[in-house]
Amino acid sequence: MKSKLKLLLNSVAVFAALLAMWQGIIWAFAVPSYMLPSPWVVAKTFAMRLPDLWASTMISAEAAVGGLLASIVVGVLIALVFARSRWIRTMFYPYTILLQTVPIVAIAPLILMWVGQGILSVGVVAFIICLAPIIANTTQGLVSVDENLVQLFLMHNASQGQILRKLRLPHSLPYLFVGVRISSGIAVIGAITGELFAGSGQVGRGGIGYSILYAQTQVQTDYLFALVIAATVLGFTLFFAVMFFEWLALHHWHESAAESRADG
Amino acid sequence: MTTVPEVLFKGVSKRFAANAAPVLDGIDMSIERGEFVSIVGPSGCGKSTLLKLVAGLSACTSGEIAVNGMQPKNAREMVSFVFQDATLLPWRTVERNVALALELEGRTRDETAAAVAKLLELVGLAEVGKSYPRQLSGGMKMRVSIARALATRPRVLLMDEPFAALDEMTRDRMNEELLRLRGEQNWTVLFVTHSVAEAVFLSSRVVVLAPHPGRVAHEVVVDLPYPRTGETRESEAFDALVNKTSKLLREAYRG
Repeated sequence: MKSKLKLLLNSVAVFAALLAMWQGIIWAFAVPSYMLPSPWVVAKTFAMRLPDLWASTMISAEAAVGGLLASIVVGVLIALVFARSRWIRTMFYPYTILLQTVPIVAIAPLILMWVGQGILSVGVVAFIICLAPIIANTTQGLVSVDENLVQLFLMHNASQGQILRKLRLPHSLPYLFVGVRISSGIAVIGAITGELFAGSGQVGRGGIGYSILYAQTQVQTDYLFALVIAATVLGFTLFFAVMFFEWLALHHWHESAAESRADG
Repeated sequence: MTTVPEVLFKGVSKRFAANAAPVLDGIDMSIERGEFVSIVGPSGCGKSTLLKLVAGLSACTSGEIAVNGMQPKNAREMVSFVFQDATLLPWRTVERNVALALELEGRTRDETAAAVAKLLELVGLAEVGKSYPRQLSGGMKMRVSIARALATRPRVLLMDEPFAALDEMTRDRMNEELLRLRGEQNWTVLFVTHSVAEAVFLSSRVVVLAPHPGRVAHEVVVDLPYPRTGETRESEAFDALVNKTSKLLREAYRG
């Protein structure tokens, strides 16, 4: 307990040092505010424009969460198909890697063209960027079941449906959560990237990505900083929400979840 | 009327691929109802494969196996398998692990609950029914695994080195307990083990397999009276049988 408090204090000290350095640079080199606003100005802007920030963050959150949820549903379905046959798996697996390696900024304009302006295409960008980790991890979980357990089920004349429901799916749940955790971080990146291209459906009502573009053209550097903070907070929140659901689902039986409970 | 053997092997051979060396070759053996037969042999002599054949999880390449006169695949309902690892489902409580086979066979909830309670009582785990496997010791997990196997009231129990991962003290205690359970329920057991002492202690008959290909080298009838206890292990007759079986095992290994 004591050491944990110490660790926390250390983190706070690092944060304070960074702020001091930031302010120090501004004073030492007389950096103009439109290049680098001081921490104090950023904090003030953040507080004053909280309603705008909140509105933008909620729009981005909607797209990120929507894309993430869709990627879980579709990703699990694809993983189920992959797990059914090695043949299909080897045939299509390279394309899921392709999904992961193709630069999302390069295909975002295409998606915008096909899906149209607005939150739907932003969600689609988030969905695409989230899909690969879900497919890869869930497939891994579905096929890594102990062969003896499959034989045990067969001994008792279990149907393929029973093996799936009572064995493969619960076994793959921890793997699925690993995938969702990875995807939760990049879902926000996907949403903001999407908004840079497609978030300007209604002027003044765009998400974080759109607001970044807007603040840039207006040279509102302090507001840009505030948006970066908002995006980071959104990413963290999503990540910890996933961690919470993971704990809820697994802490009874799974070692990793049980350990993190013992730590916290 | 002649009685049907519980498990009958007639010229059983097994290859995993058409051009591979046989794993088992020409196994002839008859196991009567209520016998406790252990199979000992060096690694790679096909002990586990033999059990899988009886369970109908794998098919003979030639020859045949009859379980109570039936093909293994059709006799599954009267057979249960206990693996080397407890192979419990970690997301299920002890109770629900034991209930698994009954659930798969579509028994009603009440019927299952009553059977599970009785089984946990039988293996001495009534208090931990609501626990998850990760909270149990190795010996307790194996008890759950055995309770699960007994849930379907099998006539034949196939055990593939079930106690190999346990420490010696726990293993001895589990051996005694297994014999106690058998005294109450009288299943026929086919038990694979690396340990000659364990085989002699448990069995009415020990079959020594020779490797490459797996074949029956010797049989040792263990005429020590049941019930057997810790004192049985200290008797001279027990020692003599262990020595004899060990010697036969060494010979089989040399070929």
